[in-house]
Amino acid sequence: MTAFLALVRRDLQLAMRQGSDAALVLIFYMLAVLLFPFGVGPEPNILARIATGVLWVTALLAALLALERLFVSEYEDGSLDQLALLPLPLSLVVLAKVLAHWLLTGLPLTLLAPFLAIALGMDEAGYPVLVLALALGTPTLSLIGGLGAALTLGARRGGALLALLVLPLYIPALIFGVAAVDASLVGLAAIPHLAILGALLLAAIPLCPWATAAALRQALE
Amino acid sequence: MTLFAGHDLACRRGERLVFAGLSFRVAAGGALLLRGPNGSGKSSLLRCMAGLLTPIAGTETWDDRPIALDVDAHRSRLRYLGHQDAVKPALTVLENLALWQQLHGLRDAAAIRRALAGLGLDRLAELPARLLSAGQRRRVALARLVAAPAPLWLLDEPTTALDDDGVERFARMVGDHRAGGGLVVLSSHGDPGVAGEVLSLADFAPPPELSL
Repeated sequence: MTAFLALVRRDLQLAMRQGSDAALVLIFYMLAVLLFPFGVGPEPNILARIATGVLWVTALLAALLALERLFVSEYEDGSLDQLALLPLPLSLVVLAKVLAHWLLTGLPLTLLAPFLAIALGMDEAGYPVLVLALALGTPTLSLIGGLGAALTLGARRGGALLALLVLPLYIPALIFGVAAVDASLVGLAAIPHLAILGALLLAAIPLCPWATAAALRQALE
Repeated sequence: MTLFAGHDLACRRGERLVFAGLSFRVAAGGALLLRGPNGSGKSSLLRCMAGLLTPIAGTETWDDRPIALDVDAHRSRLRYLGHQDAVKPALTVLENLALWQQLHGLRDAAAIRRALAGLGLDRLAELPARLLSAGQRRRVALARLVAAPAPLWLLDEPTTALDDDGVERFARMVGDHRAGGGLVVLSSHGDPGVAGEVLSLADFAPPPELSL
């Protein structure tokens, strides 16, 4: 457990010191969302109608931005060998790194979303569910993304490949994430959708690190 | 008496058989020096010993028990140092070593001081690792071996980039480790300043027609 927390702390510390991708991700998120009023036109009804989808899709793309680097720097400087040899199982090493990635990207994205929702004129009734849905959905995105990052490790143009590999897998989280918010906007219960998002997360927590660890071992051979 | 041994090992990289029929033994306090031309499989053998690479044939044993039976136990008794230093440039020397200890569930400031002093890094402790030269980074990587001790050291060309003083300090460090009952396997082209049994990888190169 100490080792797990030390690893999370290390990744956060490294991100802070290196002027991390995290700030980049947030700025990208903000800019990408704010492009929509320009592109679609300032018609409040249309913007409010598409707000949920815009916020989710851009969050998904923003989370993808920092993913490529997740294992690449460890791989390049030889740290991955050392991480694989820790007394900690490799799947827990992966979980620690994914958790750090989420704390640096998913969590700030989640907290920023309601403020961007104001810019898009979303009905404020949807804010709590928006935050809740993103809080449940973005960890799943990080977990699936980690698997993609491990599989594309060492590949040329890993970044583009990563997007092709991971984006289709993001669809279930996207569907239920958007459905939850839309349900709350029209006064329906959002709980069933949130429950499915939670179920996706609970399935991803054991499965993704396990598969990611296997992919990393392959990359180390 | 601790004994680390390999029997009839073979290793393949991609389509190429690197070595076959290789056996080795290292006992407590012993050192095994891997020699051989480039591509003869020194690094592959070290990675096999560390469990990072699975040999296609043969077994490795620790005290006559196959290491494959308990991979976790094997991992916890070895320290591997590859070609790359795995030193994080954004952290200071001290932070790198402290982090390394924490990852192994240790917290021992005295061991870090010992490690820094042993490799002549005292005055660099607070410096970010990105400002270090290649030789100094290598010293930090070597200091990790002392900061978080383990009985088996697997070192892939540990003296690369080290100056004479560094090689001397390294030799002393290995000497202390062996005196304490530690085992060392290392590969080297030059003179690492360590005496021990020599294993020549060229003797185990498969005949060309056997290469897959």
